[in-house]
Amino acid sequence: MSALVDVRAASKVFRQPATLVERIGSAFGVCELPRPVHAVDDVSLEIRNGEVLGLVGESGCGKSTLGRMIAGILPPSAGSALFDGMPLLAGAGRPVKSTTRVQMIFQDPFASLDPRMRVGDIIAEGPVAHGLVSKSASAADVSRWLSTVGLDPQVADRYPHQFSGGQRQRIAIARALAMRPDMLVCDEPVASLDVSIQAQIVNLFLKLRRDLGLTMLFISHDLGVVRHVSDRIAIMYLGRIVEIGTARSVFERPRHPYTRALLDSVPRLRIDDRVEVDFRPIRGELPSPLDPPAGCHFHMRCPHANEACAVQRPTLLHVEGREVACLRATELDLSGEAPP
Amino acid sequence: MNGNSPLLRFWDEFVENRVALAAFLLVVAIVGIAALAPIVAPQDPYDLASLALADARRPPGFVGSKGFTHWLGTDAQGRDLLSAILYGLRVSLQVGLAAGAFAFAVGATLGAVAAFAGGRTESFIMRFIDLQLSFPAILLALVLAAVLGQGKWQLVTALVTAQYAYFARTAHGAAAAERAKDYVMAALSTPLSARRVVFRHILPNCLPPLIVVATVQVANSIALEATLSFLGLGLPVTEPSLGMLIANGFQYMLSGRYWISIYPGVALIVLIVAINLVGDQIRDQLNPRLRR
Repeated sequence: MSALVDVRAASKVFRQPATLVERIGSAFGVCELPRPVHAVDDVSLEIRNGEVLGLVGESGCGKSTLGRMIAGILPPSAGSALFDGMPLLAGAGRPVKSTTRVQMIFQDPFASLDPRMRVGDIIAEGPVAHGLVSKSASAADVSRWLSTVGLDPQVADRYPHQFSGGQRQRIAIARALAMRPDMLVCDEPVASLDVSIQAQIVNLFLKLRRDLGLTMLFISHDLGVVRHVSDRIAIMYLGRIVEIGTARSVFERPRHPYTRALLDSVPRLRIDDRVEVDFRPIRGELPSPLDPPAGCHFHMRCPHANEACAVQRPTLLHVEGREVACLRATELDLSGEAPP
Repeated sequence: MNGNSPLLRFWDEFVENRVALAAFLLVVAIVGIAALAPIVAPQDPYDLASLALADARRPPGFVGSKGFTHWLGTDAQGRDLLSAILYGLRVSLQVGLAAGAFAFAVGATLGAVAAFAGGRTESFIMRFIDLQLSFPAILLALVLAAVLGQGKWQLVTALVTAQYAYFARTAHGAAAAERAKDYVMAALSTPLSARRVVFRHILPNCLPPLIVVATVQVANSIALEATLSFLGLGLPVTEPSLGMLIANGFQYMLSGRYWISIYPGVALIVLIVAINLVGDQIRDQLNPRLRR
């Protein structure tokens, strides 16, 4: 399997533009410029052709930003994001996405569909604009993709507000598929849906992957969903990837304390002989990306941290068939009770 | 249209306000009468052959030499004022609507493009517009009307230049909010061209606030046109608008021949107030914070 997506040392820094007063003030040393946010901090990542990579992390850890760089919406501030060997965004000044082969599914299907367009137009717009389908053939094409995602082709002339959340997400998936992508970036595609609908949409993704041979980046904070759909899993913490490996190895034998803590923080309900809710929340809060801690970003919340962790930035190292960014990866034994 | 259509619901709510409904019907009636002026007016005020100087400056209700009653009196040339007002409304509405439409197109495009482009383009366009807004519109229109000379299109150009900035600022605010929404991200990830994203996705979603500005600005254009015509900088004398009718009668005010100025003035006020009432109601309905 070759790498379809190759992210090399990519960073994304968001800067709030300084106002004139702030610029003058900072020149005289009386006030500070707005501090930049390092949403993604020197991340390297490969996604192989045909695999589903799960990307997991807390809210605000930069997983959506990384997803948007891979989907070609955001240009990296530093480093590069290549798709099939070519940069995703091309052109100086205002870079434009150069491929239609990677498409994106968004978290909130109530925001990701233009409320003033009919469903048929939403799905047909991209393929017609790129000449993938002729205008005359677009109606048939729309019907085809609507039935692929399990919707009645008759709904093409309705507006998005006439649908439920799950149906809207199916429309968003049809829109992405109509561009004949090789890859989908799914940014929390089920997080805003009811649990019963979540399962349907997850199964739809699995079916599409099987039928169309899609490569996927599946971003979620729901460990259960990610484990269900992913071949490999990357765990992200405060802009950095801390552990990446096969779904099985990461879930069953985590080697990074954060992965361990994340797995332990999932509430578990057992109903075999007795009802028991058991979970350990991660102590402390996610530090502000405005002011990330030095060294390992996780050291302030890590139960195994020592002095070196507060100073030295860990790099991804191969340990037991996966990569881990922890200074103590080889010495720590984190095997515990496996999650359900 | 089914019962759930947003447009129909909007109309139902609009009708609940009786004043706004009356104003709306009045606007429709005025536009209708103005459009039909050549048919309904008792006299063609542009046809000099139909004017009789003997009928000049006659009070309302006077039966003229042509045999019909001048319900609103006649002006200094013996022109039937009712006819002159109907034709004047026609001119005022044409100029007001044309100016409003062009200002809408120019302003909305500039505002949306600025919001979409961001960075320096945005700063440049919006600072220029702020600069322009710091001048009174009437001053700008006066200067332009004086420079461009008389004529319908010169006047429309002056009005558009004076007013597009209001559309641009409203469009910029609305578009900046739409720009950040996921459906724009989705369009960019497809990817669709910047032009398509701005004109097919962002602008249609900015329409509600722009429609409110448009109603108010059409009324403003009409008032501004009347002001310029009153000052002699508007339309040529051959096509008298309401403003020029008021100006023509102005010198007779103190000699007791009030009707030559007053009736065109009343027509102008009724038109502007009615349009503003409709605009107010639309704004109230579109602003969720004012919702009951």
